Amino acid sequence: MLGLLHSIEIALGATCLGLLIGTGGAYGKLYGGPVVRDLLAVYTTIVRAVPELVLILLLYYAGTDLINQALTAIGYQRIDISGLAAGIAVLGFVQGAYSTEVIRGAILAIPQGQIEAARAYGMSPSLMLRRITLPAMLPFAIPGLANLWLIATKDTALLAVVGFYELALATRQAAGVTKAYFTFFFAAGVLYLLLSLFSNFLIGRVEAWSRRGMPSLKEAR
Amino acid sequence: MMAQGAAPVLKHTAQDGAAEAIHVENLHKKFGELHVLKGVSLSARDGEVIAIIGGSGSGKSTLLRCINCLENPTSGIIRVNGEEIKLKADSHGHTVPADRKQIERIRSKLGMVFQNFNLWSHMTLIENVIEVPVHVLGVKRDEAIAQAEKLLARVGLAEKRDVYPAYLSGGQQQRAAIARALAINPRVMLFDEPTSALDPELVGEVLKVIGDLAREGRTMVLVTHEMKFAREVATHVVYLYNGLVEEEGPPEQIFGAPKSERLKQFIRNIG
Repeated sequence: MLGLLHSIEIALGATCLGLLIGTGGAYGKLYGGPVVRDLLAVYTTIVRAVPELVLILLLYYAGTDLINQALTAIGYQRIDISGLAAGIAVLGFVQGAYSTEVIRGAILAIPQGQIEAARAYGMSPSLMLRRITLPAMLPFAIPGLANLWLIATKDTALLAVVGFYELALATRQAAGVTKAYFTFFFAAGVLYLLLSLFSNFLIGRVEAWSRRGMPSLKEAR
Repeated sequence: MMAQGAAPVLKHTAQDGAAEAIHVENLHKKFGELHVLKGVSLSARDGEVIAIIGGSGSGKSTLLRCINCLENPTSGIIRVNGEEIKLKADSHGHTVPADRKQIERIRSKLGMVFQNFNLWSHMTLIENVIEVPVHVLGVKRDEAIAQAEKLLARVGLAEKRDVYPAYLSGGQQQRAAIARALAINPRVMLFDEPTSALDPELVGEVLKVIGDLAREGRTMVLVTHEMKFAREVATHVVYLYNGLVEEEGPPEQIFGAPKSERLKQFIRNIG
């Protein structure tokens, strides 16, 4: 049970971090200067090109090592980075690259006139982001972001390779001790499934809310 | 199809002493190689209704959109309420507003109505109308709602206050967009071909609302293809041809006794 909780914690944290990075990244790619755009292009290309398992190993071991080297260099004690924080940071970094593209596409799908109206009425860029751009892009972004969330819940299993105690590792340990492999892995599968079903239910509600201004497509079938 | 009320139109003619709400001087706009505006000047004093007419590609929408810097002019002077919009060249050599706060302040005094309505689709009509007063102008929410209800009633949409724009006809959306513009108590209303995207049978209801505003003395700059309407409500008509003011004057002169050959032909073709 603790394993499931840890998995959910990491997936939630990573998705939130990913959304923050994604929103900033999408804005930077769309409206940033040439340097910002190039840097973001490098970020999204590399992160999406390298297998996640490799990235996790790289960022986890190299990342903690770099932080500690930097800390010792400026005269601080080495610190132990908690598995939770590291897991969230690593997966969030990966999610951010995918979210950037999902959110960028969603912003491009907003009818341009609505953005123009916001400008014409004197909205500042931050107000426009909060009041117009984000709510207007949400219906276009939710299917993609929902995919990312479901992937995040299962990517947490990859953190087992760096020894983080989450559902997959917990299952393997329990199964190894009791030799009841089928039972434990089946139970883990059911837990992942339940998490997905529950997520789908919530996402459906959020999507319906985000599409409140849009006529239903049912009649168009 | 036209909104020609039975009552004779009483035009507000600006007094000589009326303050100049909008002043445009020698405005140029280039899109890359394309020289759209080639030195246009325009002035709207309080209470005046300026109609900008002209063929497709004459630059009339671009001119209107330069007034609130939705398009940045390449060169020229724009004054709103006597305050000159500060422009500067950015790193690419494009002219952009120099002071973001200033341009935002000026924009919040100009009520823009678009060809495609551009209501915010995730907000109901009442939310659309109160959005700018509450979040840009800092009006209290309940005051803004009371005001918005009056405005929606005025454009005949009181019972649609909680409906989302996508569920309304084009004419209804455009009337709501006019209510949204009125909600900021604008110094000047800018209309960018407000009836061009509407089905013919919906044009009348929108023109009626705009006509009422003209009659009560609102200062307006109106880009339109509705010549009869322009003749009816405008105090001054500007005919643009190929990025220049070809002819301007009171509507009786422009439509009744045009001087330029191009304008004569334009009126013949469109009439």
